[in-house]
Amino acid sequence: MRYLPLNDDDRAAMLARIGVSSIDDLFVDIPPDARLEKAIEGLPGHATEMQVERDLTALAARSLNAGDAPFFCGGGAYRHHVPASVDHLIQRSEFLTAYTPYQPEIAQGTLQTLFEFQSQVAALTGMDIANASLYDGSTATAEAVRMAMRITRRNGCVLAPGLHPHYSDTVRTAVHAGGGIVEALTPAMGADTKVVEVLDENTACIVVQNPNVFGELVDLDPLAEAAHAAGALLVAVTTEVVSLGLIKSPGQMGADIVAAEGQSIGNGLNFGGPFVGLLACRNDRKFIRQAPGRFAGETVDADGKRGFVLTLSTREQHIRREKATSNICTNSGLCTLAFTIHMALLGETGLRQLAKANHARACQLADQLAAIRGVEVVNDSFFNEFAVRLPMNATKVVEKLSKKKILGGIPAARLFGPGGFDDVLIVAATETNTDEDIDAFAKTLREALQ
Amino acid sequence: MSMNKTGRPTTPHGDYAPQSGGETFSGSRGLAQQEPLLSEVGALDKCGVDFAPLPDVTPRLGGMERTGEIGLPGLSEPEALRHYVRLSQRNFAIDLGLYPLGSCTMKHNPRLNEKLARLPGFADLHPLQPQSTVQGALAVMDALSHWLKAITGMDAVALSPKAGAHGEWCGMMCIRAAIEARGELETRKRVLVPESAHGTNPATAAECGFTIDQLPADASGRVDMDILRQKLGPDVAAIMLTNPNTCGLFERDIRAIADLVHEAGGYFYCDGANLNAIMGKTRVRDLGVDAMHINLHKTFSTPHGGGGPGAGPVVLSNRLKDFAPLPYLCADDERWSLVEHDADTKEEARPFGRMSAFHGQMGMFVRALAYMMSHGADGLRQASEDAVLNANYLLARLKDELSPAFDGVCMHEALFTDAFLKDTGVTTLDFAKAMIDEGYHPMTMYFPLVVHGAMLIEPTETESKESLDRFADTLIALAKAAKAGDRARFTNAPMLAPLRRLDETRAARSPVLGWEKA
Repeated sequence: MRYLPLNDDDRAAMLARIGVSSIDDLFVDIPPDARLEKAIEGLPGHATEMQVERDLTALAARSLNAGDAPFFCGGGAYRHHVPASVDHLIQRSEFLTAYTPYQPEIAQGTLQTLFEFQSQVAALTGMDIANASLYDGSTATAEAVRMAMRITRRNGCVLAPGLHPHYSDTVRTAVHAGGGIVEALTPAMGADTKVVEVLDENTACIVVQNPNVFGELVDLDPLAEAAHAAGALLVAVTTEVVSLGLIKSPGQMGADIVAAEGQSIGNGLNFGGPFVGLLACRNDRKFIRQAPGRFAGETVDADGKRGFVLTLSTREQHIRREKATSNICTNSGLCTLAFTIHMALLGETGLRQLAKANHARACQLADQLAAIRGVEVVNDSFFNEFAVRLPMNATKVVEKLSKKKILGGIPAARLFGPGGFDDVLIVAATETNTDEDIDAFAKTLREALQ
Repeated sequence: MSMNKTGRPTTPHGDYAPQSGGETFSGSRGLAQQEPLLSEVGALDKCGVDFAPLPDVTPRLGGMERTGEIGLPGLSEPEALRHYVRLSQRNFAIDLGLYPLGSCTMKHNPRLNEKLARLPGFADLHPLQPQSTVQGALAVMDALSHWLKAITGMDAVALSPKAGAHGEWCGMMCIRAAIEARGELETRKRVLVPESAHGTNPATAAECGFTIDQLPADASGRVDMDILRQKLGPDVAAIMLTNPNTCGLFERDIRAIADLVHEAGGYFYCDGANLNAIMGKTRVRDLGVDAMHINLHKTFSTPHGGGGPGAGPVVLSNRLKDFAPLPYLCADDERWSLVEHDADTKEEARPFGRMSAFHGQMGMFVRALAYMMSHGADGLRQASEDAVLNANYLLARLKDELSPAFDGVCMHEALFTDAFLKDTGVTTLDFAKAMIDEGYHPMTMYFPLVVHGAMLIEPTETESKESLDRFADTLIALAKAAKAGDRARFTNAPMLAPLRRLDETRAARSPVLGWEKA
């Protein structure tokens, strides 16, 4: 077996040195009737590299790749161009095959990139500080809500009507188990300001997504003001961080905690994972003490040289156990690296240009779809994603389009379940879309609706 | 001094000092390059990406334009390559040397798996494309489920958890849902957790709304059965037990533990962090387990990546499988579908909720499946045997100079205490830092909490005998040096790493968590 360096001579010599006669003498603590005497049945034997590659490549060939079709899906996962150097760099052995940086003297590469990542996320979201990542945007949102509950010592939260329903479900599941109360407002477009109507003295936070799941842009300022007046916090959610190159950041609009999906920068679609959850907040002792996950912080070594360490770990499970702010341990290390490298390649000017390109493509798409008889673009405003109302069931339309090798957005019913939004399609455009893509989509949609 | 024909010296000449040291002008030292922060080398107007001309459109931002500076420094591509390659060289990694972090399973990461995970048919799929267009990806999830169920003997698997702790949460939420279905949620609140457990276990149980009751270990490093019997009662929801445990020992009374917990009406959650020791040697089903997470980034070798991403699928017994979270996979004669909404579930299914936005860590699924297919059933069994053999070989080689925590053989990791350092003035931390100067990553230190000055060594099956011998020779030499009074070698360590010991107190007292804004 190519990954196992020991040969039978080694094994015999090692058993002799240990002082046992067979390998099974090392497994004596397994209850006798639970021992397996030979390899598990029903599974194949070992395979060559060629064979494994052949088998998995055959499976990979059974799907319609996003890059092989005019592609317009968003809904919390976006297809952007990732520069080739990003994937090259994250495959450096020293990054790829390192563990969590528990020994800082020999992990400065990981620690400095985490520190830079935190700095970028703070700037991007307009917040003071950010942590070293969570699993994804949805779990980050759940963590942000739990954090807000600890900070305010209140146990209610209100979820806006434009919050991604999978995020709502993730929050509900997580918060409910800990005894919190979740009020999720009925999903609707143009209705996010309604969160302030249900604020009460038990509300720890309101959770508002911008751009929301329908792609609408939401002015968070008055919502933050109302939340603060009621002693609650504003948790702002972003599933498309490229938008922050063009639209006001949550920090500029009074958010207290930001939970975001960072996949768009540096990371591919990967059928939904791994992604990278971002969490940023105000620089306030109370907030920092209640934050989940890891922080990299600056310090000096014994010679006074600048260096970085994992810090503030007295919040974490390995120290605080059942009193920890979260059970999270492994997070999204290598995805944060991809994020920070891509963001460094973009820089301020590149991010702004990327955001403009996304918005321009989405405007172009909206204009072409709106020109189709029976199709209505519902949004007044959007960044790179918007909702259209179709004259027929959107799920059926998307299926039809996929038969023509066009991945034409996400039926709202896929997110919300059937009923309510059956004729609504949510479409996204990014810098990866060409004029030809958009023409093909519009033409095929027109045909599908006839 | 020798010279070539053009007068270039070809041997070191006599003026060299025995060892060149001291400070350099640049701050770099030969191949050890100094690298400033991105904010110090980058600039707001630098960019390493080119853009195509834009279509002419009317913006639809509704007055929400971002104004003012964002504060994101950029780099051209060559500058970026240099920044990150230089930083990479300040990291230790499996590919550089033995990385014996106990409980972390730092084994070789096959590059075939990296290649396959990047196939567009897996990597370039959107999670919400029509399911008819992602059959290959769903087939991978089904194949992975098949392997995980076969290896553990369990009835079902939930794939969506994103790491070990997330998997623990999934398993405990299934248990919580099962207890709720029995109408006992108000009364069954207590979860028993051995004091040797990972911190994630009590943290997870607390997040599920349970209270934690700690179980002490007996003199052999295992669950104290008398105390377990005393603690069991009608208010016990579950036990969370790591097996093999974090002392590197198989819980030999595991069947009795399972029976006692079940008789008391509770469930048996097994932390599968140490599955690497027992693949193909026993199945957790046969040990009485109800739920167990599997760290694909440990046992099945998906890269640790400096702290993730991981994946933590959870295998479930028949008693719990109906409570598995959304979404889940259904297979029907080579056609696969995902159940994503409560409304679409089958009658008996009562999912406890949703754990995250999408279906799990696809990138990790492909890597883990490739790893399993490469090994095959025979290779997985061999891997576990070699992992246990390697740990016991180190234990045998080290037991006279270091201090084994317990008598007898171990599983895939060997636990030592700091007893051998008594009166030397050297601590476990000092000893670990001295290993850095010797070119090794230290073992896990001060964990588990059940022995003093713990040193937990897990070599994994992907180390050769020669590598283990060099490592053992080094540790023995270090132990002898400590006992001989060479204290400075330890208390000053590391001296040869990119940095000396770092001031963690300062970092925590006045936290600096990002660069100064330009």
